[in-house]
Amino acid sequence: MKRHLAEAGDAALPPGPRAMRGGWQHLESKLVHWLLFGCALLSIATTLGIVVSLLSQALGFFREVSIWEFLTGTRWAPILVPQSFGVLPLVAGTLLVTVIAAAVAMPVGIATAIFLSEYAPDRVRRIIKPSLEILAGIPTVVYGYFALTLISPLLQKVFPDMLIFNALSAGLVMGLMIIPMVSSISEDAMLAVPRSLREGAYALGATRLEVALRVTVPAALSGIIAAFILALSRAIGETMLVTIAAGATPKMTFNPLESIQTMTAFIVQLSLGETPHGSLEYNTIFAVGLLLFLMTLVMNLLGHWVVRRWQERY
Amino acid sequence: MQQATTLFHRRLRLRKGVGDVFHILFLLAVFVGIAGLLTLLVQVLVQGLPWLNWHFLTSYPSRHPEQAGLLSALVGTVWLMVLTAAFTVPVGVGAAIYLEEYAPKNWLTRLIEVNISNLAGVPSIVYGLLGLTIFVGWMALGRSLLAGALTLGLLVLPIVIMASREAIRAVPWTYREAAYALGADKWQVTKGVVLPAAIPGVLTGTILAMSRAIGEAAPVLAISALVYLTFVPTSPLDRFTVLPIQIFNWVTRPQDEFRGLAAAGIIVLLVILLSMNAIAIYLRNRYQIRSEG
Repeated sequence: MKRHLAEAGDAALPPGPRAMRGGWQHLESKLVHWLLFGCALLSIATTLGIVVSLLSQALGFFREVSIWEFLTGTRWAPILVPQSFGVLPLVAGTLLVTVIAAAVAMPVGIATAIFLSEYAPDRVRRIIKPSLEILAGIPTVVYGYFALTLISPLLQKVFPDMLIFNALSAGLVMGLMIIPMVSSISEDAMLAVPRSLREGAYALGATRLEVALRVTVPAALSGIIAAFILALSRAIGETMLVTIAAGATPKMTFNPLESIQTMTAFIVQLSLGETPHGSLEYNTIFAVGLLLFLMTLVMNLLGHWVVRRWQERY
Repeated sequence: MQQATTLFHRRLRLRKGVGDVFHILFLLAVFVGIAGLLTLLVQVLVQGLPWLNWHFLTSYPSRHPEQAGLLSALVGTVWLMVLTAAFTVPVGVGAAIYLEEYAPKNWLTRLIEVNISNLAGVPSIVYGLLGLTIFVGWMALGRSLLAGALTLGLLVLPIVIMASREAIRAVPWTYREAAYALGADKWQVTKGVVLPAAIPGVLTGTILAMSRAIGEAAPVLAISALVYLTFVPTSPLDRFTVLPIQIFNWVTRPQDEFRGLAAAGIIVLLVILLSMNAIAIYLRNRYQIRSEG
């Protein structure tokens, strides 16, 4: 409504002053309008750029290796002889680390969100929230260092045959890394639940836990699910942590104590090597990148859709 | 009757007991995050502090750990940050102004908005592949600072746009209406009234976006590769390395000495990040006080 009034501002001016302001000012306004529009369009161009740069080289790859072989093959060995281009081991490695991270971050993240929104006094929340935000701002190489130099050696005391590079320590540390993402999106959803709902439950004699689990969490469920999906998508795309700590051996395994390789870690490994540009081996990183992009895109769209579609309105 | 109330009281005690147990569980969950953060910081400080000295800050990388330093990475990080900001701030603020002040309500605007929120979720390594193809390859910038800055610029653009939109949205409508009433046109209102009022918020968002940019290793690694640089870049077309890549390089060496160097590098990186965040928080607080008073 207000916006509507302001937009009328330009048109509502009488013709006199506009002419007196001179052609230059009018031209400047027009130019600026187009320039700003161009800035906004750049985001569309970025998406197109991603798609074109991935597709153009992935197509070169798919001319020599069929999509079916790529998607269903269970051996990934692009730079070994005999070559083999089945991406499933990389996908399995990625999912393994992601599942471990989710097993840590979901319960901890939600419990943190419940504590912050239902239990914590304002004073406590004002200390805890920024601390968790620090956790979210730490660069991922630092988490890689942490997993490799502290968590792996500690886990080796529990599992003596475990290699220093393994899915478990990478997954656990990644879980720590995405806790703030799960907790802050979930907490936002819980804070949006109106007080009156809680007060209604308290008036019926519910305890604080019953209010949290039977009123707040169900009412905020769409936000919590979205938090999961977005955090998982973040975990799938995470690169440095798994490159440093999870190993470089593509493997079809769901044993967390083994060394594996994720899609992202493979892209880093190959782009650092001496593989000549334009070769089949080099183009694999774009095929894997395309798959990674599509997986995270679907999850992000799903996450935003869940928020919009299932949001309870009060 | 008597029996019913004792049953009720017994159940109430149980419900309260379960409530207390969960209260403790929730509290423990919070401490998982905080304890993880503290352990990480202690580990970095214990391993890194012995290696942190003036020589470390002013020397080039070396095969001998005791002579190694991170000068080229430090200078590279500053270069990259300045170039990235020079590209992404004008474009990001421009896009934010367009979306908040100019954009009509149509399918194209909605597409741009959905697109921006999706771009924020694209894995950073994918931006690296974009930069590798378009900036390094097609635009023939080579593995240069400029190619890295453009890539990182695109990566943090959604953050700058979203923060700037918030800041612009927070400017009261009465400001704009007052300016329109004086006969200003839309660009004059935006330039003279909206932007100056939104600048603290825009700055805060920009600093946070830059602190994300300088911690990123994956896309920069795809662009710059692992180089062993014993010079500091002097032009945007020079090759470069940055702190996270130097840290990655040291972490992946098997010798313990290099792990110590990595930890020292992490301390330097975290100090830079924390001071940037402190500046952002300072700006935010200052701005809040002014708008209240």
